[in-house]
Amino acid sequence: MARLPTFKIAAVVTVLFFLCENFVYCNNGRRVGDALETELSGFSVPLEHSFEVDDVAQFQVRGALVLKAGREQGFSLTQNQLSEEDRTKLKEVAAVDGLYRIRVPRVFLQADRQAEWHMEGYLTAFVRACAMVESHLSDVITLHTDVSGYLIGVSIVTLPGACRGTEVEDEVDLEVFNTTLSVMAPVNAPGPETARFLEIMEQESDKVKGKNPQEQKSFFAKYWYLILGGAIFLMVSNSAQPPAGGGREQS
Amino acid sequence: MAKLNLLWLKCIISFTAVQAVFEDQVGKFDWRQQYVGKVRFSHYDTQMQSSKKVLLATESNVFAALNTRTGELFWRHVDKTGPEGNIDAFLHHGQDAVLVVGNGRLLRSWEVNIGGLNWEIVLDSGRFQSAGLVGQQGTVKYVAVLKKTAISLHYLSNGHQRWIENVPESETVDYQAVYSGGNGEVYVLGVVPHSHIAVVVYSVDDGEIMKQFSVEAPWLSNIPTSCAVIGQGMLTCVDSTTMSLYTLDLHLQLQMTQIPLQSLGLEVDTGFHLSLVSHQPNPAHQPQSEFFLQLGADRFVLLQLNNGQIVTLREFKPALLVSFATTGEKTVAAVMSPKNKTACSINLYSAETGRRLLDTTLIFAMDPNGGKPERLYVQAFLKKDDSVGYRVMVQTEDHTLTFIQQPGRVMWTREEALSDVVTMEMVDLPLTGTQAELEGEFGKKADGLMSMVLKRLSSQLILLQAWVAHLWKLFYDARKPRSQVKNDITIENLSRDEFNLQKMMVMVTASGKLFGIDSKTGGILWKHYLDNIPSNAAFKLMVQRTTAHFPHPPQCTLLIKDKDTGLATLHVFNPIFGKRSHVTPPALPQPILQSLMLPLMDQDYAKVLLLIDDQYKVSAFPSTKNVLQQLQEMASSIFFHLVDSSQGRLSGYRLRTDLSTEQIWEVVIPTEIQKVVSVRGKRPNEHVHSQGRVMGDRSVLYKYLNPNLLAVVTESTDLHQERSFIGILLIDGVTGRIIHEAVQRKARGPVHVVHSENWVVYEYWSSKSRRNEFSVIELYEGMELYNSTVFSSLDRPHVPQVLQQSYIFPSSISTLEATLTEKGITSRHLLIGLPSGGILSLPKMFLDPRRPEIVTEQSREENLIPYAPELIIRTEWFINYNQTVSRVRGIYTAPSGLESTCLVVAYGLDIYQTRVYPSKQFDVLKDDYDYMLISSVLLALFFATMISKRLAEVKLLNRAWR
Repeated sequence: MARLPTFKIAAVVTVLFFLCENFVYCNNGRRVGDALETELSGFSVPLEHSFEVDDVAQFQVRGALVLKAGREQGFSLTQNQLSEEDRTKLKEVAAVDGLYRIRVPRVFLQADRQAEWHMEGYLTAFVRACAMVESHLSDVITLHTDVSGYLIGVSIVTLPGACRGTEVEDEVDLEVFNTTLSVMAPVNAPGPETARFLEIMEQESDKVKGKNPQEQKSFFAKYWYLILGGAIFLMVSNSAQPPAGGGREQS
Repeated sequence: MAKLNLLWLKCIISFTAVQAVFEDQVGKFDWRQQYVGKVRFSHYDTQMQSSKKVLLATESNVFAALNTRTGELFWRHVDKTGPEGNIDAFLHHGQDAVLVVGNGRLLRSWEVNIGGLNWEIVLDSGRFQSAGLVGQQGTVKYVAVLKKTAISLHYLSNGHQRWIENVPESETVDYQAVYSGGNGEVYVLGVVPHSHIAVVVYSVDDGEIMKQFSVEAPWLSNIPTSCAVIGQGMLTCVDSTTMSLYTLDLHLQLQMTQIPLQSLGLEVDTGFHLSLVSHQPNPAHQPQSEFFLQLGADRFVLLQLNNGQIVTLREFKPALLVSFATTGEKTVAAVMSPKNKTACSINLYSAETGRRLLDTTLIFAMDPNGGKPERLYVQAFLKKDDSVGYRVMVQTEDHTLTFIQQPGRVMWTREEALSDVVTMEMVDLPLTGTQAELEGEFGKKADGLMSMVLKRLSSQLILLQAWVAHLWKLFYDARKPRSQVKNDITIENLSRDEFNLQKMMVMVTASGKLFGIDSKTGGILWKHYLDNIPSNAAFKLMVQRTTAHFPHPPQCTLLIKDKDTGLATLHVFNPIFGKRSHVTPPALPQPILQSLMLPLMDQDYAKVLLLIDDQYKVSAFPSTKNVLQQLQEMASSIFFHLVDSSQGRLSGYRLRTDLSTEQIWEVVIPTEIQKVVSVRGKRPNEHVHSQGRVMGDRSVLYKYLNPNLLAVVTESTDLHQERSFIGILLIDGVTGRIIHEAVQRKARGPVHVVHSENWVVYEYWSSKSRRNEFSVIELYEGMELYNSTVFSSLDRPHVPQVLQQSYIFPSSISTLEATLTEKGITSRHLLIGLPSGGILSLPKMFLDPRRPEIVTEQSREENLIPYAPELIIRTEWFINYNQTVSRVRGIYTAPSGLESTCLVVAYGLDIYQTRVYPSKQFDVLKDDYDYMLISSVLLALFFATMISKRLAEVKLLNRAWR
């Protein structure tokens, strides 16, 4: 839809929008028990999840978000597989319409600014467990930061998002997470576009100036076709008049 | 191209937004009421016997003159809000009214008759202490203004400063009062608390210190509350601990003489703080030597100072209020004493002797729904037989002014509480008795065919009777001249009109007084004063049951919350009659964090109100079994959010079946960088008619209509012009998902937000360009809907498209609201309250992020206005034409029964009610509609068809014969 010409602004905003997101597609080849330490010099943020039948949150490590230090900011997500036990639990939770929650600690999303302040607490989000099951663990996690790069919120949605009650037979489908991670910083809201408006106005006035020689043409040069048309019409109507009254038929 | 654009713009404007009031419509659909606020100082204009002016200076920084005959305003001056316009003192002499404004910043003199400004001067800085008129040789010539460190004398005629002098030892002595007895001296009285009184005497002529002395007074801490100058310069003080009067002759400067009250035979109520009431009729002369001493909550005694001796003239018990008044040479004392539970009587006594004057009793009937009397302002005058007559203005706790004439006729009342409306709702009026009778028939259970028939017949009979009565009234009224026909609206004949244009406005004021106002006329139909309201209360008014559920009465609930402690109370009442409901609200022992109105109803059709306390426990009101059962069933789909702006924490909770809650999401905005200033959801009664917008190429762009969306506005803590910003977050209130996050750089608050349908409009101050700007955000799902049948926040995985555009607005604004109509078909307008007092109705179509920069065929097809960075204010967009509304604080909009019409109430210092038609009156026939023509055309057509039918038949018959 962004291709439509009327949609220029939409396109601009959408482009802005996508520029602000850094998509990271994640490797999911890890087994349970694999070490989660960061292999790089970056900073690692644990991503935890919780799904309990009685809905009392007990968070366990799901994976780690690794921030690369240095000039090029980057993110990667390494995640565990769900164990056999967890898979059955997730299905049970889905059966009672429980929640699947995730949480991340409140940190700076820039590895080199970690020391600035350290905040207590976590940011949490949830999705219905059945949606998690039915989407075969394919979810989209978005981390939202404020202007300074500080993490203020996390959100999780599954694709597809609905719970239709379809049974997931294959256990393998619930083993690995298929996660799309994105980080969103606030976009800059546009101010009044005075400069652009003036530019367009100028262009248009130029156009009008360009048209001027045309407008200065004489009356006949401008409307000769109308006059000609009128003359022809008059001639035709004159010639059509004489045989009047003859053609009426009876009903 | 440009011409075309312009033409196009003109076309659009002329087709969509032309709305203005014709001259003959002025005041027909709208009304305005002007208020002044709670009275702080009041003086009667006493220049002439026949003067009918009373001057008021109020706590809302308003200075006004009222007509004492009607209670209407002669003139009114509205100053700045806050301490800058605060009226510190009001002195009145003859034609001049002198005000000290803004903590002693300005000295102003007003001409009383027409309210013109005589002069204004800026005073030297310093904390204001006191002011007084100074007379010399029988005439009042100067104004003395006492500041913390200096005293200045100004000419009353032009405000010029005669002299200014520093007061000695101002670091240690707290100078609090200024006194002049008209003998060429100005006394400045100061106190060193619990030590001594310091008196400095200045010469009026040159400001020279003539005398300076101090007197031991270890019991004294504040002069204005416990001292007064009486008689010939006798400073008289009371002390509650020793229960004695102290007198000091300011001329002789001896010691203070202690006079124990017991020696005068007076007893003091234990623990009562004694106070004095004195009277100085003319600042050029000495004060009266008679004064009142308050001995208890309802006990006063009139005392006289006679050659240094104090004489008891009369004791008044019980007495609520006392006041002195002077007319000519006579000074009288008015005493208000309770008569019975509903009335007080006021009597006049001669000040010199304490004798009661004959025929001066006046009965003040107290409103059972009002407050207690607080102050008494007496206007005394001499009658033809030289006896004293009087009128009084009584100010009660609920800020009401009542003006009474002898023997108790209420001339007028002014409800000044309405100058500070906090919140309001509009409630539909009930059906008439006959309509209700018919409705009631359907509500009741069937009990046999026969009785049903009888009932129907009886109700039809009642209808017939009502109709005949109506006809008779019409006939009867037609014979009377038009001026005599009155259509007074009283509480008895209240009923809904055909299009539900007349409603009951329920207004909640900061003083705790509730009002029911008829929206058509502005008449106050009921009032109710809640007397135990904390001073810093926050109010939330909710309609639990509308009038649609006959025979159940409508029900409103007011949540009153103390902002400091968080403790709350509920007041449940009937919004049509104002009476407290018989339903007992639950006691709320815990502080309340959040309240939530659910669309669930109990068996009596009352909507369920959920209250969340600080333990995150939920209580329901009403909490019947039925409700609890419904709540248990619905629990997993009831979500709510809490905002803690001090920690920047927004959190979401879900209800559990046992009415406890669990936290499900949390978003924390660090307060070091930005603070949350407002969180706006959508109005629950809003309808959106169209799901999408039709584009130029006939495809549909669907709106993102999330009813749970919250618009969170933040402001940066860094207020530097370059680094300040405001942030807009759109958060889903159920899942906590941040839908959109934007920052407006180099911008500052205050931010005004409107959130409706699929758009958010906000206004801010651009500190870079130094101007006000509007910005609009619109959310669209795209060309196809994800799930067209139902919206669920839990199942919308895709982020909506966000479009945003900003505009320059040429004025600052006070408040912002959007129009609302019954079905949402009518186009929306934004109602903008401007500081100038205008209310601007700006079509939403000017705030549309899809306004194209370059006009194309398709945008023209869609009726989009080409983008222009500036929004213009067109004078015909002011819905209140010349009816300025001072200090607009809020605008309330309500739908009416007509889709085209939206009812608007703007409130602030004034109240203004009107109707707006954002898409013109498309569902109403015009006044000059030609009924004759249409009916004659219809008739003609009818006959034509009859005749042609007949002719056709004849023709068919003829053909058949052929």
